Amino acid sequence: MNFELLTQLIINGLIVGLLYGVIGMCFVLVYKSTQIVNFAQGEFLLIGAWVCWASLIYLELPFFVGFLLSLVFMAGFGVLLQMIVLRPMIGEPIISVIMVTIGLSIFFQALMKWIFGVSPQSYPQVFDTQSINIMGLNVEMAYLMSTVIALIIMVAFYLFFKHSKHGLAMRATAFDQQASQSLGVSVKHVFAMSWGIAATVSATAGIVIGMVNGVSDSLSIMGIKVFPAVILGGLDSIVGAIVGGIIIGVLENVAEFFDSQYLHIGNMYDIAPFYVLLIILWFKPYGLFGTQDIERI
Amino acid sequence: MSSLTMRPCGDFRTSYKQDNTIFETKTIRWVTIFTIIALCFAPLVVDGYFITLLIQISYLGIAALGLNILVGYTGQISLGHGAFFGFGAFASAWLNTSFHIPVFLCIPLAGFLTMGVGMMFGAPAARIKGLYLAIATLASQFIIEDFFARADWFSGGSSGSMAEPVSLFGFTFDTDQSFYYIALFSLVFMFIWGCNLMRSRDGRAFVAVRDHYLSAEIMGVKLNKYRLLSFGISSFYAGIGGALYAHYLGYVSAEGFTIMMSIQFLAMIIIGGLGSIKGTLMGVIFMVFLPEVLESGVGLMKMTDWGNIPMVVDGLAYIKEMAIGLVIIGFLIFEPEGLAHRWAQIKNYWKFYPFAY
Repeated sequence: MNFELLTQLIINGLIVGLLYGVIGMCFVLVYKSTQIVNFAQGEFLLIGAWVCWASLIYLELPFFVGFLLSLVFMAGFGVLLQMIVLRPMIGEPIISVIMVTIGLSIFFQALMKWIFGVSPQSYPQVFDTQSINIMGLNVEMAYLMSTVIALIIMVAFYLFFKHSKHGLAMRATAFDQQASQSLGVSVKHVFAMSWGIAATVSATAGIVIGMVNGVSDSLSIMGIKVFPAVILGGLDSIVGAIVGGIIIGVLENVAEFFDSQYLHIGNMYDIAPFYVLLIILWFKPYGLFGTQDIERI
Repeated sequence: MSSLTMRPCGDFRTSYKQDNTIFETKTIRWVTIFTIIALCFAPLVVDGYFITLLIQISYLGIAALGLNILVGYTGQISLGHGAFFGFGAFASAWLNTSFHIPVFLCIPLAGFLTMGVGMMFGAPAARIKGLYLAIATLASQFIIEDFFARADWFSGGSSGSMAEPVSLFGFTFDTDQSFYYIALFSLVFMFIWGCNLMRSRDGRAFVAVRDHYLSAEIMGVKLNKYRLLSFGISSFYAGIGGALYAHYLGYVSAEGFTIMMSIQFLAMIIIGGLGSIKGTLMGVIFMVFLPEVLESGVGLMKMTDWGNIPMVVDGLAYIKEMAIGLVIIGFLIFEPEGLAHRWAQIKNYWKFYPFAY
């Protein structure tokens, strides 16, 4: 057994898993506060990464200016999307809401392909050193940065929800929309805000992944990959999304390892999370941390 | 969704016979019969390209009707219909090449095989619903797609598999014109079957499960049974549609049956109208003609001087995809009950013309 490869893969899994966790958090945030399942999550990553790329290449801005600019753009984009497309869908059946986000996903994916083409593009070099050595393992600088950014986002989420007025309003809305509205929380603003935050944070993740792998429309697959993570963690639990993301990230790398070493089935990296997803739904549909939906007549 | 199958106000039935009829009025019955007869003569009148579109409408229509039974009538969600469609296509080709079963038997057999697979993946539906089910079927879409790429014995792997044309009593249906009759027959047969299903006890149970599953269960409708049955029937339809597709093209490759196809099926039934058999057909026609219309639109634009923008002409494939997304969003926001509802409104307008009330 090749332990060195396995450890390397597990560390990769942890790093990617943290990013899944971040994307999953946005997903859960939108789901919790607006009861909308966002199938267009992956497109947020894609759009954010492309906008940042365009601002670096065409406008030739320095990296951090371009980065901030695209985050501001994405915040506006998320809010506008909620106001124009998703506000009319409040109160519609689940299938309609799901289909609207799927429609958005198709639309933006095609739009991005149309504007930026299908070939992957890479970001200009941000760091001087390519990779550093930690305890005998090579860790790419971009990966390290992605971990740091993911952790920062998580802490920021925690502080925001725990200590800020808006965070409190969002938690209240997630708990009981009617009650919070009657107590003076603007549910409209909360909905718009949650989409804005989700778009911004997803875009950050998109840019980070884009720096490592290059930007291409395969980024939007991340939006699908996040489903196993959030289902494993429980659809309405932010902690669950992080834990689920890390587990799925490690699991797909371990599955890849065992597949390449022993089983030789192929393509396990992409498919294993979905098998896990089906198994979880069979045995524990509400995930590890999700609230069970108890119905009374 | 509950209002979709309801009759307009004032349309009261006084006997079981009225309640059970397939066609609401005599006119509708005769119009339908004449349309079918007219369609039989279509190959003599219209050109070959239009016939290929009609065949496309037939096999997609059968599969879309299956999805509408599941989504529109039973209220379950499936994001894996495209994969089941593909499974039907491969299963029929596989049965034909490996066991040398005649093709006209392969098609229904492929339907039953797909039904089995559909029920296997639909089994979680007994426990979960709504959102969770949507995600579970999404997973099944990817798993089945992966299976196509991998199972060489079944699908021929990356090289795809060949499917022979249908032959019956020594006559081979290998041209578009002759296959058109097979497709038309299957379409009419499956739609009549669908209508009949919805008039039966099982059909009413589906609607009861959709409208209020707790009440349905209290009334003695077995929820698990009907959710699973609905999955089975919808996959059966998908399998038949897929098998027709396989024997029409003569070749099946694994690339075609992606999540995009599943979404297109969902788009068809949403555009047509959830829970409407007539609407299903309208939606399919809409979705088949949409790319054609776009293409000819761009073609017309190319003729003029100012319209020959390379970005538009080169990006036609993307424009088509974007149009699908836009149409889904547009219908859900502006006409969530689909074309069938719009059609009913137009009919009512003229029924009472010029006295709107």
